[in-house]
Amino acid sequence: MSIKLLHGAHVPHRKNTAECAPQRIPVTAGTMITIPVSMNIGAPAKPVVKVNDLVKVGQLVAEPGGFVSAPVYSGVSGKVKKLDEVLLFHGASCQAIVIEADGEQAVYEGLEAPTLSDLPSFIDAIRASGVVGLGGAGFPTSVKLNVDPGKVEYICINGAECEPYITADTRTMLDDAELLVEGIELLEKYFDPKKIIIGIEDNKPKCIKNMKELCKGLDYVDVRALPALYPQGGEKVMIHNTTGRIVPEGKLPIDVGCVVINPSTLVGIARYVKTGMPLVEKYVTVDGSAIANPMNVIAPIGMSVKQVVEFTGGYKCEPKKIVLGGPMMGVSVPSDDEVVVKNTGAILCFDERDARPPETTDCIKCGRCINTCPLNLMPAHIETAYKLEKGDELKKLKVNLCMECGCCAFVCPAKRPLVQVNKLAKAMLWDYNAKLKADAEKAAAKKAEAEKEAANV
Amino acid sequence: MSNLIVSVSPHLTHKDSTRTIMRDVLIALIPAVIASIVIFGWRALLLTIVCVGTAVFWEWAFQKICKRKTTIGDLSAAVTGLILAMNLPVGLPLWQAAFGTLVAIVVVKQLFGGIGYNFANPAITARVVMLIAFAGTMTTWAAPNFCFGADAVSAATPLAVLKEGGSYSLLNLFIGTVGGSMGETSALALLIGFVYLLCRKVISWHTPVAFIGTVFVLALVKGGFMFGLAEILAGGVFLGAIFMATDYVTTPQTPWGRVIFGIGCGLITCLIRFFGNYPEGVSFSILLMNILTPYISNWTAKKPLGGVEA
Repeated sequence: MSIKLLHGAHVPHRKNTAECAPQRIPVTAGTMITIPVSMNIGAPAKPVVKVNDLVKVGQLVAEPGGFVSAPVYSGVSGKVKKLDEVLLFHGASCQAIVIEADGEQAVYEGLEAPTLSDLPSFIDAIRASGVVGLGGAGFPTSVKLNVDPGKVEYICINGAECEPYITADTRTMLDDAELLVEGIELLEKYFDPKKIIIGIEDNKPKCIKNMKELCKGLDYVDVRALPALYPQGGEKVMIHNTTGRIVPEGKLPIDVGCVVINPSTLVGIARYVKTGMPLVEKYVTVDGSAIANPMNVIAPIGMSVKQVVEFTGGYKCEPKKIVLGGPMMGVSVPSDDEVVVKNTGAILCFDERDARPPETTDCIKCGRCINTCPLNLMPAHIETAYKLEKGDELKKLKVNLCMECGCCAFVCPAKRPLVQVNKLAKAMLWDYNAKLKADAEKAAAKKAEAEKEAANV
Repeated sequence: MSNLIVSVSPHLTHKDSTRTIMRDVLIALIPAVIASIVIFGWRALLLTIVCVGTAVFWEWAFQKICKRKTTIGDLSAAVTGLILAMNLPVGLPLWQAAFGTLVAIVVVKQLFGGIGYNFANPAITARVVMLIAFAGTMTTWAAPNFCFGADAVSAATPLAVLKEGGSYSLLNLFIGTVGGSMGETSALALLIGFVYLLCRKVISWHTPVAFIGTVFVLALVKGGFMFGLAEILAGGVFLGAIFMATDYVTTPQTPWGRVIFGIGCGLITCLIRFFGNYPEGVSFSILLMNILTPYISNWTAKKPLGGVEA
């Protein structure tokens, strides 16, 4: 079966840290850890600790605040100093648990591996592990996998890691490969899919070789080398390029029989199932032109960017931009006091030259954005429609499908901020649709009233 | 920690910019400029310099007068000037060339809003204006004199010869040692530029191949294989197909749109050549297709992946 691959952009790889096995950052006495309770899509978790409580590594500090939510565990042992309100980098604020580490890193005694008997118990275990989509989305994995197993035909392990710089998943597939295989066996056992496909970009031959060797005996596993073309690891792109299926507008991958899961996420689940240790730390790639020693680290969740960078050897020069996540979809943050959260895969610090956004010029209609968009959208036309405030045009152009991968803005020779426009255009379309709905309701009410009057006469 | 720059993703951009693209087009035209100097003498260089210089000057002056931001740094005015120069006969008075670039830059480009907003190709529109305004000098073709020859003598263009049933050496047509506009005669030089633009991914192959292919096929049907080859090598088909029908602003953006655009250009070129009064129709064909571009863009709009019709 040959699949016509989706378009994409040839972004530079810059996987400088691919050979660096992650080093665990030692937690010294007095280190302050700030754990926000909202690290996932959905409801924030509810703190279950009080000020002055003593906590240990792996101890629950906040329980799920709803169905679409995930519990939060402490990655350090120490004392809860305060429950604070913090401003998250995406602009919302939430509660945060501030813990002063005692440096002991004593493990919580209550940890035990869950007993699995059937699918619901497996889903419960995933929920208890605190794992969310670690590739960047942060959607609670227990909710994502809460599907009818009969509908699951393909499970894609998304090892594409198509963003430049990041090698956290690369290291997971090399250093935690045994756990990953255990996770794959769990998925096979409880979902019984036709195939489990491990999709890896071909710029990581070591990972491909390693996974092929480890999965030799598993006939349901298919390790697939995919061309290194950004955004290979986008969920819809991964599904299309491995199975040939297209997720229709407004539907979920499961509606076409697919589930996509990130290797780090799966390792998090497998580790909890094996040892009872929930998600408390994260592989983080530290890189960028302002970093003295690019490397991979294992950081406890809640450690600040400043502390992580200090561990790696500090800044080479004054950073002018700090990005959490990859350079294509990551979020630039206002200060290095931001903390590592569950779905932080990288900390990238850039110097003046790399940080300054390039000067924007007029669109020359070259069509590169249109011919690069993996979803066949037309960003240049969306921009025009947005400027003219044409909601109906935006609806036709399907701006709502945009996954904000950034290919269009990356290739644009006029350096237009197309992703920003798409984000704003989505909001405009949202308003337009709401207005249409309200108008329709008003018209219907009016008509009903007129009919009523007519009946009365 | 302060003064961090916060911006929307992506935080990386491709190294290509409007300026590098325009620079590549200029580089791709160097072989044609050299060929024109070799074939028609040093006046070709003089006329080229006047066209490029005045084009840049008009853009700068217009933006100064209108108190707009100067955009000559993006090199697009230089490209327009150079392409127009390649479309002129070598003996054209210099003031007429300067008038041509005035039309291209001020009337066609800047009055419509500057780079990216013109609906027709500036160089082509200017050439058509000049063809009507200076009908005499614009159609006085010098014979090749190889830099050193005596005073230029007037010569018929290969297309005019072909139209009257004559024939031409294909080799001469390919190398360009024939009468015609400065930059259009040497298919060889233009092909070198084409390969360069393709390698640099500045243009796609769709429009040039569709354009040249259509002319070839229609000429083949009319007059056989040799006639087909002569028709694509003579006149401005290569120059038009490679450098003018691929202008981003005035042509469709999707691959299929570009194919349709190229076929349309080829069709109109042949209609004018075979049935019209003018021996050449490349400029008119591209200009007419420029006008159709928004419609072609609409017909060939991409279908969003997974999009559901409302």
